[in-house]
Amino acid sequence: MYGVIVEEDVQFTLVELGRACHVDAEQLTALVEEGVLTPNGGTPNTWLFDGATLRRARMALRLTQELELSPAGTAVVLDLLEEIAMLRSRLRCAMLDTEPAKFDP
Amino acid sequence: MELPDYYARLGVERSATQEDIRRAYRKLARKYHPDVSKEPNAEAQFKAVAQAYQTLKDPDQRASYDAGGKREQSGTDTHESAAAPAGWDTDLFEAIFRQQAADASGGDLHAKLQINLQDAYRGTRRSFSLRVPQRDASGRVSAQERQLDVSIPKGVREGQHLRLAGQGGPGFGSSPPGDLYLEIHFAPHPHFRVDGRDVYVDVPIAPWEAVLGASINIPTPDGSVQLKIPLGSASGRKLRLKGRGLPSVTPGDLYAVLSIALPPADSELAKQSYLEMSKTFGDFNPRRNLEV
Repeated sequence: MYGVIVEEDVQFTLVELGRACHVDAEQLTALVEEGVLTPNGGTPNTWLFDGATLRRARMALRLTQELELSPAGTAVVLDLLEEIAMLRSRLRCAMLDTEPAKFDP
Repeated sequence: MELPDYYARLGVERSATQEDIRRAYRKLARKYHPDVSKEPNAEAQFKAVAQAYQTLKDPDQRASYDAGGKREQSGTDTHESAAAPAGWDTDLFEAIFRQQAADASGGDLHAKLQINLQDAYRGTRRSFSLRVPQRDASGRVSAQERQLDVSIPKGVREGQHLRLAGQGGPGFGSSPPGDLYLEIHFAPHPHFRVDGRDVYVDVPIAPWEAVLGASINIPTPDGSVQLKIPLGSASGRKLRLKGRGLPSVTPGDLYAVLSIALPPADSELAKQSYLEMSKTFGDFNPRRNLEV
């Protein structure tokens, strides 16, 4: 059986994203209003979310529910987490095998 | 069965106020939440804490817990005793199980799948069985094993999701079944590191290869290639092999990061060679920029 790569070939309507994240449209709308998620299209009925939104939305909902963060707090944490992930990846790639330096007294 | 000590898990007294409990949970959740934590075993720790809070945050459930009565109704209890059957991808099982516990009625499901970097270069097929909620003729939903044979497309990247239409749980009412989302992860590789579409490999070279230039064989996830080391290459130099990263419409690049390996002076002859070198390069001062 064949799957499609969500991040490359899928766009979600509000209802589809809600189903994939197991939440109702209201919770996603709150995240859009806070600027956590950015759909294309003017009204909730015509909103389209790109595939990468799935990961971001699921993480945002976990943070909101399990850390009891406000949507505004979630927005800040998400941006920082994404930056940390990017920096970690760069660091891992830039790092050669290193060992602690020793002083020769 | 003995009840676990939820108060101890949250580090509060049995006399704690609801506010104390909430504060203790939030503090521990920030420490152990798998999305933000670097603690070892964070996920298990978080589950234990969340389970305790689930019961204690609700005054009614807390009262019945205090009385040693029934356990809370969330699925997290069963989750703790769940173990992946032999031969299962533990992550996959965990994810599916959590999903079932959270939403036994089905719909879209999520699971994680680990593949090798080589699989992402070439595409592959993976067969595994998965317990997914299914509805029988009488309308009852129960977890049943389903065999999946999934084609993993070439060029898939770390953290991306694969959507398998209609392979999730049964739909609500008369709606069609949900989809299965597989989150792709790469198994760590001893030689290659991945950043998006780009792949990095450390390549040790001999001092004479670095100084004089050379043509060497290096591994890539898609087989070995010939790499030209330009003369006068310093340690840390990155050589880009355009388009040899993960395949895509615009494929990634492969970076060979050079490091100079020194042959050990473990024989008289080797020592002699180094001494001769120091004589030959008597004027060479590698620290001239340090003003010492």
